[in-house]
Amino acid sequence: MDLRHLIAQATESERAAVDRLLQAEGFPDLTGTPGRTAVGGRTAAARRDLLLPALHALNDAVGWISEGGLGYLCEALSVPPAEAYGVAAFYDQFTFEERAEVVRVCDDIVCGPYADQLIAGLDGIEVERVPCLGRCEKAPAVFIQQPGFRRTEIAPATPKAVLDGEPTSVDTHIGVIGEPILLARVGTVDPESLDAYRTAGGYQALSRATDDGAGTVLDRIEAARLRGRGGASFPAAAKWRAVAGGQGHKIVVCNADESEPGTFKDRVLMEGDPFAVVEGMTLAAYVTGAERGFLYIRGEYPLAERRMVGAIEAARSAGLLGGDVAGAGFAFDVEVRRGAGAYICGEETSLFNSIEGLRGEPRAKPPFPTQEGLFGLPTVVNNVETLVAAVAITMDKDGGSKLFPMSGAIARPGLYEAPLGVSVAALIDAAGGPTTDIQAVLVGGAAGTFLLPKDLDVTLDHGTEPPLGSGAIVVFDTATDMVAIVDRIARFFRDESCGKCVPCRVGTIRQVEALERLGNGSVERETLDDLAAVLRDASICGLGQLAAEAVQSALDLELIGVRRD
Amino acid sequence: MLGAGGGTSSYEEIETTDLIVLWGSNAREAHPIFFHHLLEGIDNGATMYAIDPRRTSSTAWADHWLGIDVGSDIALANTIAREIIAQDLHNREFIEHATTGFEQYRESVERWTLEEGERVTGVPAAAIQDLAHAYATASSAQLLWTLGITEHYTASDNVFALINLAILTGHVGRYGSGLVPLRGQNNVQGGGDMGALPNKLPGGQDVADDVSRGKFEAHWGVELNPEPGWHLAEMFDAMERGDMRALYIIGENPVHSEADGAKARRLLGSLDHLVVQEIHMTATAEIADVVLPAAVGWVESEGTVTSSERRVQRVRKAVDPPGEARDDIDILVAMANRLGHAWPATTAEQAWDELRSLSPWHGGMSYERLETLGGLQWPCPTEDHPGSPFLHGRLWEEPRRGPAAPFTPVEWRPPIDELTDEYPIRLTTGRHLDSYNTGVQSGRFRSPRRKGATVDLSPEDAEGLGLAAGDLARVTSRRGSVVAPVAVEPGLREGLAFMTLHYPDEVDVNVLTLDEWDPKSGTAEFKATAVRIEREE
Repeated sequence: MDLRHLIAQATESERAAVDRLLQAEGFPDLTGTPGRTAVGGRTAAARRDLLLPALHALNDAVGWISEGGLGYLCEALSVPPAEAYGVAAFYDQFTFEERAEVVRVCDDIVCGPYADQLIAGLDGIEVERVPCLGRCEKAPAVFIQQPGFRRTEIAPATPKAVLDGEPTSVDTHIGVIGEPILLARVGTVDPESLDAYRTAGGYQALSRATDDGAGTVLDRIEAARLRGRGGASFPAAAKWRAVAGGQGHKIVVCNADESEPGTFKDRVLMEGDPFAVVEGMTLAAYVTGAERGFLYIRGEYPLAERRMVGAIEAARSAGLLGGDVAGAGFAFDVEVRRGAGAYICGEETSLFNSIEGLRGEPRAKPPFPTQEGLFGLPTVVNNVETLVAAVAITMDKDGGSKLFPMSGAIARPGLYEAPLGVSVAALIDAAGGPTTDIQAVLVGGAAGTFLLPKDLDVTLDHGTEPPLGSGAIVVFDTATDMVAIVDRIARFFRDESCGKCVPCRVGTIRQVEALERLGNGSVERETLDDLAAVLRDASICGLGQLAAEAVQSALDLELIGVRRD
Repeated sequence: MLGAGGGTSSYEEIETTDLIVLWGSNAREAHPIFFHHLLEGIDNGATMYAIDPRRTSSTAWADHWLGIDVGSDIALANTIAREIIAQDLHNREFIEHATTGFEQYRESVERWTLEEGERVTGVPAAAIQDLAHAYATASSAQLLWTLGITEHYTASDNVFALINLAILTGHVGRYGSGLVPLRGQNNVQGGGDMGALPNKLPGGQDVADDVSRGKFEAHWGVELNPEPGWHLAEMFDAMERGDMRALYIIGENPVHSEADGAKARRLLGSLDHLVVQEIHMTATAEIADVVLPAAVGWVESEGTVTSSERRVQRVRKAVDPPGEARDDIDILVAMANRLGHAWPATTAEQAWDELRSLSPWHGGMSYERLETLGGLQWPCPTEDHPGSPFLHGRLWEEPRRGPAAPFTPVEWRPPIDELTDEYPIRLTTGRHLDSYNTGVQSGRFRSPRRKGATVDLSPEDAEGLGLAAGDLARVTSRRGSVVAPVAVEPGLREGLAFMTLHYPDEVDVNVLTLDEWDPKSGTAEFKATAVRIEREE
């Protein structure tokens, strides 16, 4: 931990940004009296989790991470600059070169077809092409970061809107097959009002839970067979039970690092019904006995973040978070942590490392999060949608209602709710049908699988084919260049591989290269199959394990690799 | 300490202690091996407070750093004491049982309110209070110090101020609680233990004590002078007066290591006869009349060394010394023979066994036991004694054995070298990890970490003086002047500069320092010099 002070000095605004953050976090006065007292050692290092927020503070304030700014926060947190540099360099949103602003243009599978035209209209201003920004229903999406804590989301983006820096406010289309359960309040109840939330039935679930006791809640969740909605489909009750049975301090983490291409359901929930997310975390805390909660939200969701912070503060003021939650005799509070542009941090153990101020690389499992999770404590980590579903289940609502973010070549892209077991065809119908003839449908995002038009009657559920994943559905019409789409998916995994394990680090690169040769007419099916097998079997986390799924399915269905002329 | 010149604890105790107070010590760089034990303690959950004018790499490991003004240690210690007493956090039972002079001590620290402490030390009152409470309420606490405490003209008083804190809180004589002065070289402790002090015979026995002295006189068959001899600073005074005309130096380089180096060189040069016994041709050896090349203690000699935890360990000869270099014992025996005394050829073990017969501390430490047990800690009077991991456990026994531990009230006095408009910057000196003292042993080897001779300035002072890293600066004190390249060091605050003594051939820092010394220990005021710094064109 030996500090090497950097000679470069932080600027006034950099100091102010870091100081403000650390003071807000209750960190002991870092400079004390300059030259007279300082907090260091374990006391400072114990707040290593403030490294990522502090990097954000610098980046938000001045737009980049300067040597002086880095040195300043390193001294405050007793983190060696070399280590902090390693952490900052891990995330796409941080740069070590001075810049005035950064315009991020999504060029992923949904926005991609618009990206070139959009960029061409931007008068040559410098842009960064980035993976999915989670606004696929309003493609194309742009995200602008400027010094002075300005983050602007623009979707749908036009050159004019981007140049003016004007956010476009188009509501996400909401559609429902059957009864709205998860989306009941989205778009109809004021997301910034706790009273409105309560009037609409909010916090009845928590009240019922504390009346009935944790065991009853667990039984209900289990009976409803609620499974993880982030993509892994793990039974929620099993996680909660394991942590409830653990000893000592425990933690609830809400995984709001929604980054799966084509997926935007958690964003809509957080923007439209933030109190439900807070209630869901509180419910999990009550059942498991956790006292601390963390909401890890992706950095490209400023509105969702603002709504969540607002909901948490309102809940705290109303005594629904804090030392005695809702007068029910248990303590729980939530801290918000913002991601910084790393898909891998949606993987639960990478997410823990990211919160702890380390590089967001996955950990080996076991130990599982329920045994040793965040800060080494038993941890429940649930997706946003899972927690909202748990709230509904506690009120005896149907636990089988699922969100399907739908985008691409359909009449009404948007977020759809339907019972599990719904067919892809029914969902496409609900979305107004295809705009033109369908070439293929991607289910489950970049880590998902393709379907051909003739197979759209398949139903979607946990544990059946095609894998449900995040529930994302992207429809491609016959005009789509599928080679380009599959190539984009492969490049996505190459770019987002954290590099920790060799199969993924090397395999995702080789996969891109093999696909490039494929584009030149050579069919290297054997190489791609070998890579897929190695990725699937030998990668340490889900990113690598699923990095060849979409490619393989495109090959199997002959969406690529065959001459179409 | 409390009557015995050695740290009261074992190294291993810091690994399990509750609280570590590192005072005037940059152990991370100056005592890197010991610091590993300390880090183990931090890893095991110890809280650390570090008191140092500079924000050193050691202080970065501390939970709390207190950036004291140079030379205000007694003020800080007395303020801590007053706060502990005022809050009734002192250990009444221990004070009653094992100490004397508490009332007098309490009165002596009464004026040291937190506000007064802040005014004199520069450390915010709240930080002093925090440290006082932490130290008083810790279940076990190690109080460590080095030259930041002892290289002042108030050295002994500084140490007494710390001892007072330990007995005020009962943080001594128990496993995990103790007073630990860190020694610079692997055998500084051993040198003193073997009687290389003007007032001591081997084994910490007083020259002035008739019984102790009588024992040595009987064994050696000679009469010994009951008057304590001169310590180093007194020797230089005697040279200046012309009372001392010849000097035999073994393994010391005073031309470079003494404060006010120009004066030291002049006085040594004016002697009638100077003999230097050394492993290298040092600056002091250069001006000697006779140089006796000696074997290196580490690989060319048999013998023992004693570490800061009073542990005696064997060292073994691995190679023959080069050229005409000879073992120190051989040289001394040959010298005695030439002077007309028929000393027999003596092996290291024979000399050691003679020591054991005269020093109760070492009586039970045969070479065989040292070898089997990996060393022993004194006192170890008999061959069935296991050695003493920590000292003064007797203070806690019921009834108490031996004399009580006295409080020694001490008054703060400011550094002699006053800061004025002409000399506005406080220069303090210290060490770097890659180098050792005047560089006799370390300067001959390259190190990737070697920074070289610089004058380190705070960013504020560098800017104020219009100096950038690498610029040449002239540093002038009331005694002399040197030129050194500037390094900008954010760990320094405005008005505080730092230099090392490692490169006397490039920048002889001790030309600047003050040779005012502590009458009790003979240590000079290396740590507090008033200087003026200017651009050197």
